[in-house]
Amino acid sequence: MPEEARNGTEDAVVIPIGTGGRPGRGSGSARPSSAARNLAPSGRKPAKPAKPAKAAKPTEAAKASTPASPPKATRAKASAEQPHTDPVDEAAPSAPSAHPSTGIPVGDWLSALQGAAHEVFGDDWERRLAELMAFVRRRLEGDYEVDDYGFDRELTERFFMAALRPIAEKWFRLEVRGLENIPAEGGALVVSNHSGTVPLDGLMTMLTVHDHAGRFLRPLGADLVFRLPVVSSLARKGGATLACIEDAERMLSGGDLVGVWPEGFKGIGKPFSERYKLQRFGRGGFVSAALRTGVPIVPLSVVGAEEIYPLVGNVPSLARLLGVPYIPITPFFPWLGPLGMVPLPSKWILEFGEPIRTDAYDAAEAEDPMLVFNVTDQVRETIQHTLFDLLRERDGVFS
Amino acid sequence: MGRVVLVTGISRDIGRRFARAAAGDPSIDRVIGVDVVPPRGDIGDVSFVRADIRNPVIAKVIAKEDVDTVVHMSVIATPGSAGGRGTMKELNVIGSMQLLAACQKSTTVERLVVKSTTTVYGSSPRDPAMFTEDMGPKRLPSSGYAKDVAEIEGYVRGFARRRPDVDVTTIRAANVVGPHVSSPLTNYFRLPVVPRVLGFDPRLQFLHEDDLLRVLRHAAITGIPGTFNVAGDGLMTLSQAVRRLGRPSVALPSFAVGRLGATMRQARISDFSPEQLGFLTYGRGVDTTRMRSELGFEPRFTTAEAFADFCRELVPAGAPQPEGAGRA
Repeated sequence: MPEEARNGTEDAVVIPIGTGGRPGRGSGSARPSSAARNLAPSGRKPAKPAKPAKAAKPTEAAKASTPASPPKATRAKASAEQPHTDPVDEAAPSAPSAHPSTGIPVGDWLSALQGAAHEVFGDDWERRLAELMAFVRRRLEGDYEVDDYGFDRELTERFFMAALRPIAEKWFRLEVRGLENIPAEGGALVVSNHSGTVPLDGLMTMLTVHDHAGRFLRPLGADLVFRLPVVSSLARKGGATLACIEDAERMLSGGDLVGVWPEGFKGIGKPFSERYKLQRFGRGGFVSAALRTGVPIVPLSVVGAEEIYPLVGNVPSLARLLGVPYIPITPFFPWLGPLGMVPLPSKWILEFGEPIRTDAYDAAEAEDPMLVFNVTDQVRETIQHTLFDLLRERDGVFS
Repeated sequence: MGRVVLVTGISRDIGRRFARAAAGDPSIDRVIGVDVVPPRGDIGDVSFVRADIRNPVIAKVIAKEDVDTVVHMSVIATPGSAGGRGTMKELNVIGSMQLLAACQKSTTVERLVVKSTTTVYGSSPRDPAMFTEDMGPKRLPSSGYAKDVAEIEGYVRGFARRRPDVDVTTIRAANVVGPHVSSPLTNYFRLPVVPRVLGFDPRLQFLHEDDLLRVLRHAAITGIPGTFNVAGDGLMTLSQAVRRLGRPSVALPSFAVGRLGATMRQARISDFSPEQLGFLTYGRGVDTTRMRSELGFEPRFTTAEAFADFCRELVPAGAPQPEGAGRA
């Protein structure tokens, strides 16, 4: 008895466990021994079930130390095959090899866990793991900051960006050009073409700017984005705000790098046959915001996003019913269901063009509609020509 | 010679505390509190006059006491406390009109301070991130507190036009929180399980109750005319607030939260109005640049600190807190 108790506390792992809840020591016979039967509780005589209780205890102890132990039933069967005589025998160091039925020792589990942690987090896995735990704790306690627009920097960096990175690198194989055109500091307005049915190009641009320029791109989104559940809260946490003059000017004068897609839904929802043809650039509100704050406009041309979901059809009546601009029909969606939602792995090229300076103009000139239209056209033409150049250059859609 | 200040809405806690604080101020000579029911707590040196601002008696009070500063604080947010929406609207709108009429007739009144709220900006998905004082709501409120306040502000602007010699200060306070505040929002946070709108995480901005009292006193003493947003620095999201509060929350679709709110309203558990549902869906932020540059006021509490102070009151210090103890 004392020996068993000792074994139970010190190396719980090597104790043979699992008797299938039957009284006795799991001696292998389907029928418990008479001694065991005597000890077992019966309806007639409520005797103390000493043995089952003891059998259950090491099981729990072993379970606690070996979190992923094989199912009890198989082990009970295995231990049943080889009847053991003395628990002390089991406690010997050679036990695992001698008795394959006793499971994996705790040391192996630990080293396996360590190896896994090493694999996942790299060399300084202990620090990384501690950081992750601290991150989770902060999230659960609400101990983090958001800025005036609801931008959650920590969540964006640790979660959104990390989730998008493999898609950008492995799936779309982003090629980035003209990074030197992104100002290292101060307000600037990145203006891009919009395509791809789902605004993935915006997310990829945000990731690119963050990873290569070390800045956060603050996108301006349509009001639909902020009307939709889930999307709205993710957008705000990711740093987006409403595409209105007030917010654009507030962000630009605050020294942020702001991204706009002036084509809006006309751009991302255009049919596949019109790919790479820029739509109208809104009313030029983004230009007057840049003029008023005197920040440079960086034109961005994205090639490859048009092909991710080739939009071949639309259900306008359903779209009107749901209050969304369009219901996309692609060669794969909705025919293949969720599988049709996987974007095609086109090869993407992002080219940041030379900044168009606006600081030469007076803030009052933002009120001059002719100037605003001219600058808008200049930005639009720059992006359109870069798109044509990139299309000529690329070898194929998917290579 | 110090100033003579008339405070309306003294029966409510925040009005009473403001009146007491104002009475203690050396530059204020006398404070007269007015309300239809007597204040429940200690009012110190404040002299209470039982008068209904909905009838012309108030003009007599102003004339008799030589009031030169009027602080209008009796705009109530909840129909429950007034005994119905009809009474609430009458108290708010008709009361304000009578008060303004009395002020217009008066020859002694030099300053008018109106406690308004950022609720006038409404909440919608088309809102800018931060409202400045020049912006209006994207959609005019159709009912409730927000409509009352919008109407009152309209009358106040009219008064300011007719009496340009009177300095009119409108304080648009963000949601006031604090240990003593009982408002629809604080009652919402006091619910055992906080219902949230599924898929939305509104931005919230708070003003600590002490800062509200300070800014009203500041406005009454300095008399800087204009409309000012007043809020603590920074913002919080609702999910963050609920986590800091340590209360469980449940996310429900918008219509279910609305239905739940209506039920709670009928059961008088919480005053959960449609405009509050909008606020808890889309949130709101106000720009406080003018508060600093023109009004010259600096709140002591940031949004996060004000909310932390409110949380402290909700979780009694001595009570056993299995969760808190584990975390500490």
